Amino acid sequence: MAMAEENASEEFSAVVARHRPQIFRFLLSSTRDVDLAETLTQDCFLKAHRNWSSFRGESSAMTWLMRIAINLQKDHWRNRRMQFWRHTQSNAVALDEASEWLPSGERSVEQQLLAKERVGQVSKAVEKLSERQRTVFLLRYVEEAELSEIARATGLSEGTVKAHLSRAVARVRAELGGIR
Amino acid sequence: MIIKDKVAGRRSQHEELNPWQDSELDEALTNFRLSVHAWSEAAFNRPRTAVAAVAPRRVWRLAAGWALGCVLIAGGASAGVWQHHQREMEMRSAAARAAEQERLVEQQKEQQAQQEDEDLLAKVDSDVSREVPVAMEPLVQLMVEDENP
Repeated sequence: MAMAEENASEEFSAVVARHRPQIFRFLLSSTRDVDLAETLTQDCFLKAHRNWSSFRGESSAMTWLMRIAINLQKDHWRNRRMQFWRHTQSNAVALDEASEWLPSGERSVEQQLLAKERVGQVSKAVEKLSERQRTVFLLRYVEEAELSEIARATGLSEGTVKAHLSRAVARVRAELGGIR
Repeated sequence: MIIKDKVAGRRSQHEELNPWQDSELDEALTNFRLSVHAWSEAAFNRPRTAVAAVAPRRVWRLAAGWALGCVLIAGGASAGVWQHHQREMEMRSAAARAAEQERLVEQQKEQQAQQEDEDLLAKVDSDVSREVPVAMEPLVQLMVEDENP
C-alpha cells in the first residue's frame, strides 16, 4: 500500500517536471501576467495532485493537465468580470513587450523590426479574440497541439475546434492587414 | 508551417484548415510562437523571492510601526473623549452656577419687595397714629410742651 503510494507520488513528480513549463507557457500566453500564470500553474498541479488517483490515462497527462488549466483560466476570467472595479493588472505586460522576446536569428535590423511589428499585431489580434477562440488558437499555434488534442482538452468536437480556429486565423489575418 | 508536421512528412492540419495560408502569415505566426516561447522560458526561469525570506529586523520594524500607530490612534481617540467629557462637565457646572445666581437674584427681589411692603405699612401706621381728633388737640399741645419745655 505504502509502496503504491510512493510510486504514484514519484510518477506525479515526473509529470510535474515534464509538463510544468508547457502549462505555464499556455497560461502566460492566455493571461499575459507572469504572476497570475504562476499562481494558476500552481493551482493546476495542486488540483491534478488531488485528482491524480482518478486519472485513468484515457488521454495523455498533458491533455488532462491542459484541460484543468483551461478550466482554471475560465474561472479566473469569470471572477474578474465580477470584480469590475479591478481595472489594472499590475504585472500585465504591454502588448508590444511580448514581441521584445523575439529571437533575433540571422535577420537584418530592418527584418527584425518588421518581424517584431508583426508579432505585436498578432498579439493584439489574439487579445481581441473570444476566450474560446483564443484558447484554441494558442493551443494550435503556440503549443502546436493536434486538433484532436485540442478537442479533448477543451471538451469541444473537432469540427467546432476547426471553426473556432478558422475564425481566429481570419481575425489575425485582418489585423495583419489582409496579407496574402 | 509547423515543423513537426513537416518532419512527419504529411500535410499539416494547419494547411488543411487554411488553404489560403501564405508564407507571410505563416512567418508571423511562427515568430509569435517563438517570442511567446522565449518570454515564457525567461519568466519561468526568473529568480523568485521567497516570502519567508523577509529579514527579521524588517518584521520587527513593521510590528513596532503597527504598535506605535495603534497607540497613537488609541491616544488620540481617548484624548478626544476626555476633552469632550471635560467640556460637558464645564457646561453643566456653568448652567448650575447661572441657575443659582438667578435664584439668588429672585430671592433678593422678593426680600426687597417684602421690605418695601413693611416700610409702607409702618409709614401708614405712623401717619395714622399722628392724626389726632380735634377734641384731643389741647392734650396734644400739653404733651408737646412737656417734651419741649
